[in-house]
Amino acid sequence: MTRFAKNSLGRMVPAEVPGVGPFDPYSGPFQRINSVHGIVGASVRLRTVDRHGSKIAASLEQAIKNSGLENGMTISFHHHLRNGDAVMPMALETLKNMGYKNLTFAPSSIPDAHDCVADYIKCGLIGRLYTSGVRGRLGGLISSGEAGIPVVIRSHGGRARAIEEGQIEIDVAFLAAPTCDKLGNISGSSGPSACGSLGYAITDATYAKHVIAITDNLVDYPVARNISIPQYRVDQVVSVNSLGDPKKIATGAARITRNPVDLKIAHDTFRLMKVSGIIAPGFSFQMGVGGASLAVSVYLEEYMKKKGIVGSFGLGGISGHMSRMLEEGLFRALFDVQSFDAVVTESVSGNQNHVEIDSSWYANPFNAGCIVHNLDCVILAALDVDVNFNVNVLIGNDGVLRGASGGHCDTAAGAALSIVVLPSFRGGVCSIKDSVSNVTTPGETVDAIVTERGILINPLRQDLLALARGAGLPVVDIGDLKSRVEKLTGVPEQQERAGGEVVAVVEYRDGTLIDAVYRPER
Amino acid sequence: MINNSKNKKNNRPCRSMLYIPGDSPGMIQNAPVFGADSILLDLEDAIAASEKDAARKMVRSFLRSFDFGDLIVTVRINGADTEYFKKDLMDIVPCRPDAVRLPKCSSPEDVISADSLISEIELESGIPVGCVQLHAMLETALGIENAYQIAIASPRVSALTLGGQDLTADMGVQKTRDGWELFYARSRVVLAARAAKISAFDTVWADINDPDGLFKESKQIVELGFTGKAAIHPSQIEVIHRAYRPDPKELAKSQRIVEAAKEAAREGKGVISVGGRMVDAPVAARAENLVAVASLYDYEEESPV
Repeated sequence: MTRFAKNSLGRMVPAEVPGVGPFDPYSGPFQRINSVHGIVGASVRLRTVDRHGSKIAASLEQAIKNSGLENGMTISFHHHLRNGDAVMPMALETLKNMGYKNLTFAPSSIPDAHDCVADYIKCGLIGRLYTSGVRGRLGGLISSGEAGIPVVIRSHGGRARAIEEGQIEIDVAFLAAPTCDKLGNISGSSGPSACGSLGYAITDATYAKHVIAITDNLVDYPVARNISIPQYRVDQVVSVNSLGDPKKIATGAARITRNPVDLKIAHDTFRLMKVSGIIAPGFSFQMGVGGASLAVSVYLEEYMKKKGIVGSFGLGGISGHMSRMLEEGLFRALFDVQSFDAVVTESVSGNQNHVEIDSSWYANPFNAGCIVHNLDCVILAALDVDVNFNVNVLIGNDGVLRGASGGHCDTAAGAALSIVVLPSFRGGVCSIKDSVSNVTTPGETVDAIVTERGILINPLRQDLLALARGAGLPVVDIGDLKSRVEKLTGVPEQQERAGGEVVAVVEYRDGTLIDAVYRPER
Repeated sequence: MINNSKNKKNNRPCRSMLYIPGDSPGMIQNAPVFGADSILLDLEDAIAASEKDAARKMVRSFLRSFDFGDLIVTVRINGADTEYFKKDLMDIVPCRPDAVRLPKCSSPEDVISADSLISEIELESGIPVGCVQLHAMLETALGIENAYQIAIASPRVSALTLGGQDLTADMGVQKTRDGWELFYARSRVVLAARAAKISAFDTVWADINDPDGLFKESKQIVELGFTGKAAIHPSQIEVIHRAYRPDPKELAKSQRIVEAAKEAAREGKGVISVGGRMVDAPVAARAENLVAVASLYDYEEESPV
């Protein structure tokens, strides 16, 4: 019988996840961070290789044999190749054929295309799942409760912390390497499968007990430019024909939306940023590539140009639009943990101020300074929100897992101004709930929510509220907007959640449980 | 900018009119969101013949149950030469939209016959006769030539609107980016509307990917004296509004005139003077209107893309 605890948001979370271990309930965004100073984290396993030897393994199978991987151990992957990635399926299939069972599958996230992971759970290869998100058939399998394995969902910063704290002990990291030499120097920004930054992989390579680089672009030693991961972190190199589909790895730059609802949201978001006074010299910024987020940057770009404002840095998942703003001199630097399109890849390799950063540097709360803690403003998307400003980015209106935690809670906690953008209703359902089906990001770290029908400001930010009202922005009360929208959409039946079967737990970035995912009632 | 004295909703200026297809609930439900001064729910050109009934029913139920806030709501019905005309009026007028737009008005008789039908319907449905205004859409050469007669054909007519697409076709010319072919027609429509003291609305800018062209044309029609312009995409609203934004210098001048007029009224003087110069009453009225329009703008706001 699982014991439950009520966390400080009133969510019932298990005190222990069988097969994983005990968890503390969430108690506030900075509670645990403030008490962590001085504790000792994970150790790095030392190993040496022969002088003048070779790291080239004849095959992936051979490399796996050499690595000493055993049943029950933990394997990791990165998701920088996005939906073009063929490395996760290739490695999982090889492991299955080699007869492995009950591995802990701990990728940085799982691309949408990888429904096949569901099959590797069903056949017993994957016995535990640690990820940032799950979607599609995999999301369906886990939500149904039929996966029968423990699932822990972590943010990008939370995953880096869990690795450095020792909760995720990576036994073998399988790293897709767009360019690699025979001793394992890896670059992400060149080669037929170039993807730009390898930010998440850098952390894995640093802490994994054994690292296998898998490349389709084995070049003469040395890879000189833009080394993402240095040779001293890499144990073996495997050459394969292809890492995946280059068209899906290096996608074209996202277009600015013409959706009028998104544009309205973007414009009001920009106006809120402006009245907050945060767009000043030295300004730092992160945004997503969703319709409304990306459109905010168009207004921002024009404004910064006109006013001659030079920002300090752009952060995050970097889009083509951000790299253009770097080129235009609107930011002095970009810190890039994950590149979103082909234009960015060129910027990573060509622009010295476009800096590839690892996930710990990006968002790990338990180090001496991750960049999100220095961020002025972040624009975030959401699936839905509740009247306490809590944000869900994981579970759809049908109760099924269909999203990723990403850097959402990390940046919301870190940024001085965190703004969630979302349409007031989607698919005929109001986006504002009494209580979200899942809290991914706590409302106490969200400053404002911008919808096409008004701007909602967290009562914790009376200063911002006064500025927005003073400037005549369309500020509305979150409860009022909810009722107004529900007049259009009707009120959906609330799903029963507590007491049901837990199919996954959601960690806050500090390692405490912010929520659990329950099997939806059928 | 004349005072749209016949517009309800506190006489507020009606710079933009957003076309929304009547069979598109997804767009109608968002109508109040985009900052347009008014919307046109279209039953005519945007609706395929097979969807006419569905669109009419859709618009009818939105008018009955949806809260459009302070939007001015107009419905463009099908022309008198179509089988839908009468049905459109019978179904729409009882829902009391602010106005119906009558397409292809070529003569005063077109207005008079629609007007009497609308009056009948108003009477039958127990709503005040005359409460639904009529916007006469001029989109034939003949209609342009009859502009003033159309404007004064009924007190119900509160606006003349120019239909540029059909008009250029009727004239046997193409609509160009510079729009010279419409210069005379536009001037004619504005003068007729001003003479009748009603509003004048300009035609659409069809290329939604050319906001610069739209802005240029909007500036032109503002200068010609149109009170508003139609939009076919929400992104055009802001561009049109920007064209109507009074110049800050002119605004300052107008504010001085308005102040002087108030002072003259306080002191019981018949003559308004600013800086020792006399100001004529029409100039004072225009200044007052300009200040009212300016109040719709945030002069700190940047012009968005």
